Amino acid sequence: MIDSLPPGILLIVGGLLLPLLPGRWKSVWTLLLPLLSGLHLLWAFPEGTSLTFDLFGYHLTPVHVDNLSLVWGYIFHIAAFVCALYSLHAKDSTQYVSAVVYVGAAIGAIFAGDLITLFVYWELTAISSVFLIWARRTERSYRAGMRYLIIQVGSGVILLAGILFHLRDTGSLAFVEAFYLLLPATEAKFLGLNSPGTALIFLAFGIKAAFPLLHNWLQDAYPEATVTGTVYLSVFTTKLAVYALARGFPGTGILIGIGATMTIFPLFYAAIENDLRRAMTYILNNQLGFMVVGVGLANFARNPDVAQLALNGTAAHAFAHILYEGLIFMTLGAVLYRAGTIKGSELGALYKSMPWTATFCIVGAASISAFPLFCGFVTKSMVLSAAAKDHQTAVWLVLLFASVGVFLIAGIRIPFVAFFGRDCGKRVAEAPTNMLGAMGASAALCVIIGVWPGSLYALLPYPVHYEPYTTSHVITQLQLLAFTALAFATLKLTALYPVDQPSVNLDTDWFYRKPLPAAVSGLYRLGVLIRGAAAGFTRTVFDHVVAWIKQECGPYGPIGRSWSTGGMAIWAAMLLGAYLILYYLR
Amino acid sequence: MKSEKKYWLDGPRNVRRIVYALCLLCAVLLVTDLLYHKHPHFEFENRFGFFCWFSFIAGVCLVLGSRVMRKLLQREEDYYDR
Repeated sequence: MIDSLPPGILLIVGGLLLPLLPGRWKSVWTLLLPLLSGLHLLWAFPEGTSLTFDLFGYHLTPVHVDNLSLVWGYIFHIAAFVCALYSLHAKDSTQYVSAVVYVGAAIGAIFAGDLITLFVYWELTAISSVFLIWARRTERSYRAGMRYLIIQVGSGVILLAGILFHLRDTGSLAFVEAFYLLLPATEAKFLGLNSPGTALIFLAFGIKAAFPLLHNWLQDAYPEATVTGTVYLSVFTTKLAVYALARGFPGTGILIGIGATMTIFPLFYAAIENDLRRAMTYILNNQLGFMVVGVGLANFARNPDVAQLALNGTAAHAFAHILYEGLIFMTLGAVLYRAGTIKGSELGALYKSMPWTATFCIVGAASISAFPLFCGFVTKSMVLSAAAKDHQTAVWLVLLFASVGVFLIAGIRIPFVAFFGRDCGKRVAEAPTNMLGAMGASAALCVIIGVWPGSLYALLPYPVHYEPYTTSHVITQLQLLAFTALAFATLKLTALYPVDQPSVNLDTDWFYRKPLPAAVSGLYRLGVLIRGAAAGFTRTVFDHVVAWIKQECGPYGPIGRSWSTGGMAIWAAMLLGAYLILYYLR
Repeated sequence: MKSEKKYWLDGPRNVRRIVYALCLLCAVLLVTDLLYHKHPHFEFENRFGFFCWFSFIAGVCLVLGSRVMRKLLQREEDYYDR
């Protein structure tokens, strides 16, 4: 019985039952559900198992567990537990239910073996997660949530269209092509970007993975969510999209360029963004770029060794990224919860009142910046190494630039602005115990993976032949970090670094938040104008016709009026005369 | 009124000490470049202190670039609410 339930379903059903539980049990239940779901995955679905059935003549595989999906399965469960611990203080059933269902849907999608199952979970993640934004219960979050929902559901609709095209072309609904990861390189099978159908599927994945120009829903919506909602959101949706790309489109060359672009341009936004959680979503976008480059480099047909390193790097980086990105969002959420704001211009020197939160933020910052002994060091370098082994000089330089940028902004600027820098005068309480516990657990995992990379490497899809702790790697990385810090110090001391001030920065959301509504309301006004003019014209013409008829056929008109007897006699005499003349002529 | 606790970082001298320590660290790491055998993927990695000057220039370029971007793209906080 238990082994015929798909992974994630316990969370979805358990989440929906949650409102029925009395007060305190709700918190216990949210904490228990990820544990139960994790045990269910471990016991019922060892690597290599799948569930299949036929429906209306289609062969469906709702569950497929292999060495790629398991990496995501493990980290999603770990993150779900940590996030649940982090949100214990919230005591908000709406958030509990939507978070648990959202996590369940994301886990279900990871293990989906066919495209229809993927589509169902894909849409469920969109619909369940929007409540984490709406739960902030402000007009602003309502609007942001609406925009988020439209784009997310739109991605699902494009996915469905792609699936239908693909089904018509190939007759197959398979997302996971028979354990391709275990096959020799030449026999590896995956969707690939080779038809209109797969192009639409690629686009749908690209929207959720926040490709350049498709990215702005991320920075628009995530910072508007609740304190805990942003932490949940930062973990699941985008990493699900990275998994889907790794599963469906490894080695697709265009991904290298897309990913490299993603690592660069969000950095410039993050450097000047005043809302620190929004600045972190730009950094999140940049980190996704590293993973997307990894997927693009995983070309099994061209170079299987590089492909394995690249895909291992993507999986490892996604795993570590979920831990440290979540950790930084948790610390910023704690600041928002206690200080009531997350704007850089209103914060500073919070280390005095929140020393533990500040410490955990520094651990997260050290991890994202790839300090030796922290998890980023042993994962991000795999993607860079794959780019180097593939002789992609330009891409490697771009990724190196992005590494500098990440340290400068996520590693230095964000902790500096929130916890150090100018004293904002705010004296607040330290974060609640449950938040500290969640942050502590994430921080511990970041260090454990950094110190014992083998513990993570053992989970990766391919055997790992990569050694992160070489003299050369440690020294060059330390040089990179020290000189980036020197650049920051120089810019700060010379006052060249832009001062934080209340502001917003225009991004692609501008197009659908300013010109598009303006165009729609302009079109409406034009319509009203045309309708008015047309109605006026018709009325004028009608009035003229009526007036003419009235004039001609009315009681005094030449046709309508009653004639005198004399007039009648003259007309009759004239008719008879005319008749006489005609008769005579004939 | 109770005077607030003084923190180590509150002293401007201590902040200056951190900056000096950072400069010293950078100098040491630059010298270290000469002391080990490199296994570079690319030829240009062999240049003296490649990672040092690349990082410094990249960091400065990023911030100066974002200053330009700020001029072009920054708006009032209530821009979208108006």
